[in-house]
Amino acid sequence: MDLDFSRNYFELFGLPQRFRVDQQALMSAYRELQSALHPDRFAHSDDQARRLAVQGASHVNEAYATLKDDGLRARYLLGLKGAGVDVEKESAHDPQFLLEQMELREALEEVDQAADPLAALDALSSDIETRYTQMLDAFEAAFEANDLEAARQEVLKLRFFDRLREEVARISERLEDQLLG
Amino acid sequence: MALLQISEPGMSPDPHQHRLAVGIDLGTTNSLVATVRNGVAETLPDEKGRHLMPSVVHYPDQGPPQVGQEARGYSALDPLNTLSSVKRLMGRGVGDLKTVAGHIPYDFVPGDGGVPRIRTRQGDVTPVEVSGEILKALRARAEASLGGDLEGAVITVPAYFDDAQRQATKDAARLAGLNVYRLLNEPTAAAIAYGLDKGQEGVIAVFDLGGGTFDVSILRLNKGVFEVLATGGDSALGGDDFDRAIAGWMMQEAGIEGDTGHHRMRQIMMDACAVKEALSERDEARLKVAVSDSDYWSGCITCEQMNCLIDPLINKTLAACRRAMRDAKVKPEEILDVVMVGGSTRVPRVRERVGEFFGRTPRLDIDPDKVVAVGAALQADILAGNKPGDDMLLLDVIPLSLGIETMGGLVEHIIPRNTTIPVSRAQEFTTFKDGQNAMALHVVQGERDLVDHNRSLARFTLSGIPAMVAGAARVRVTYQVDADGLLSVDAREMVSGVRSSIEVKPSYGLTDNEIETMLTDSRSHAQEDMLARRLREQQVEADRVLEALDSALGADSELLSQEELKDIRKAREQLVTAREGDDHEAIARAIKGLEKASEDFVAKRMNQSVRKAMSGHRVEEFE
Repeated sequence: MDLDFSRNYFELFGLPQRFRVDQQALMSAYRELQSALHPDRFAHSDDQARRLAVQGASHVNEAYATLKDDGLRARYLLGLKGAGVDVEKESAHDPQFLLEQMELREALEEVDQAADPLAALDALSSDIETRYTQMLDAFEAAFEANDLEAARQEVLKLRFFDRLREEVARISERLEDQLLG
Repeated sequence: MALLQISEPGMSPDPHQHRLAVGIDLGTTNSLVATVRNGVAETLPDEKGRHLMPSVVHYPDQGPPQVGQEARGYSALDPLNTLSSVKRLMGRGVGDLKTVAGHIPYDFVPGDGGVPRIRTRQGDVTPVEVSGEILKALRARAEASLGGDLEGAVITVPAYFDDAQRQATKDAARLAGLNVYRLLNEPTAAAIAYGLDKGQEGVIAVFDLGGGTFDVSILRLNKGVFEVLATGGDSALGGDDFDRAIAGWMMQEAGIEGDTGHHRMRQIMMDACAVKEALSERDEARLKVAVSDSDYWSGCITCEQMNCLIDPLINKTLAACRRAMRDAKVKPEEILDVVMVGGSTRVPRVRERVGEFFGRTPRLDIDPDKVVAVGAALQADILAGNKPGDDMLLLDVIPLSLGIETMGGLVEHIIPRNTTIPVSRAQEFTTFKDGQNAMALHVVQGERDLVDHNRSLARFTLSGIPAMVAGAARVRVTYQVDADGLLSVDAREMVSGVRSSIEVKPSYGLTDNEIETMLTDSRSHAQEDMLARRLREQQVEADRVLEALDSALGADSELLSQEELKDIRKAREQLVTAREGDDHEAIARAIKGLEKASEDFVAKRMNQSVRKAMSGHRVEEFE
């Protein structure tokens, strides 16, 4: 099976190029592609065919990982519109938002002092998830309205939430380890 | 009988088309070989009906090496020429030996770096060669029982095995003359055996606790697709540690000192193992322990007492389960079934705690010793092409993040752990100095922030980069991991097209202990790492600022008055001093100070270069 690397990830899986993705349809399209492309299907082929299979399957895995994740998908969509975000060089500037981020960070740092740190962390984590979802909704509204600059600003904010979520995961692992001794 | 032979749809009616393929579970203590015959996967016994082959090789005075039961008989008689547990040494370097030395009392050939060699009366052997002997014996058993040459094999490895350990396993297979279709993760193999047998769909957890290792994998099973969502483990944890905990309690009760002789220690460990097995069936076990040659201590241990001893160890396995579930983004209630693999899951307390943790009774209906080999055989049968039209598909992940060393000894992850393989990811880097014509690349594996705390996999250099100003070259580094979990790296300078690539084939790999330590450390050292990272980042920034300033002063210092030059020099000295310290905030302040002091200088240089660029042009051209 030949894979057209020039098609974008949405075309690859036969999905409409929108922010909301039918996860079920994505998964089954992914499996169909991997069933045809995976190197295990080429156990008896020559080296060249096997190398191509590794490349093809890698490409499909990358496409799937991108479309499966809300934040990565949002960034990818902007890139397709020629409004890509360079996360190394750009950042969110909205002072209200940055203040909110600082407060969330402080709250995370104070989790240890709570009577039940894990419960406090869980509460904070679900607060963060709610805000994250709101941010995604705001992105979608801006993107669908073709207001790419507003959509870019939301994506830059998502980066802050990615870091917060990583921090939540780090702290919960640490707290669990403390509990387990 | 021939008239009744009906071929399955899509299957060739010509029996010669059937390729002989096997699945091999190459274990630390025991190994097995299995195949699919008449549509049924089964392990193959030796001529005496024994399925398990001890992973032991004996080098006798004369004749070829002996493997399995026969070899194990020599463990006590001829210990230095009877090698067991070599799986612990696969993919390791000489430098790693001290971490496993307690377990493996062999006569290592002293040497510097590279693969460790063990001295036997038949010459020095490497762990890869010893494993090769075990695989040869399994191959001979399979060919005798199937009546033909093997076309290929699927060999299982622990899910946490790193690149070096996987590569070593593949090398051993090559020594045994086996064509390896695929290296398969042990928990994934168990999931195949279970999934195809039970026909279940949904998310399952495989809990694999062996004699010395622990793996957990979370998989989604759907229409013949086995998708590993996350894998984790504790590679220095197994049933042996239970024995050690019980032995410790027995010694304390009997008043035996820790430095009692090797022989007595070995006896106590065997007693502890017997107690563990007895308490799997009864609530209480009687004990008689030799305190000295003539004196015995008699006592009794209850199930409850033993549970208290092993609970802390079980807690560790559950912590790994929790992390794997978080990585998989799955909650305990979403898990349909928990499949138990490995001999140590026979301990009732393990089943009880695992059941509590996942909120459901774990499955024990497939023989935990054979399930891995059976799963490997099923996969081998499909890869051999014996079941055309079968749509079974395995999507596995890498267990530990793959990264690259960046400025200041930091690690930048290029492929994070639990990414689906095969995978290819690229990252661009640039040159640090003007005219830099080579770039050293250091490939590492592990979760920690600093290079020194991770496993070094390989180093190579991209040379021949044409001279350019710092930051102008674009070096694209691509990591490619294939379906076996093996890595290759390619580096290319995009402006000139200069290229360099390697198959990552290191001479040694991570020890189980090291991986475990790395994973635990990445959590307990989070704070320490963060400070270290900030310090390194500021140091790198300081170097960059200093370098830029020095080069600017070299070129244009005539733009400055003596006074201005003095101020800048002073700020420069302050930064150099701060750079030597370990306070990242002080360095940041000094950088700010220097930037402030050189503000005017920067503006003057800017104006000058604009003037230079514009000279000879009319102003209108720029409008």
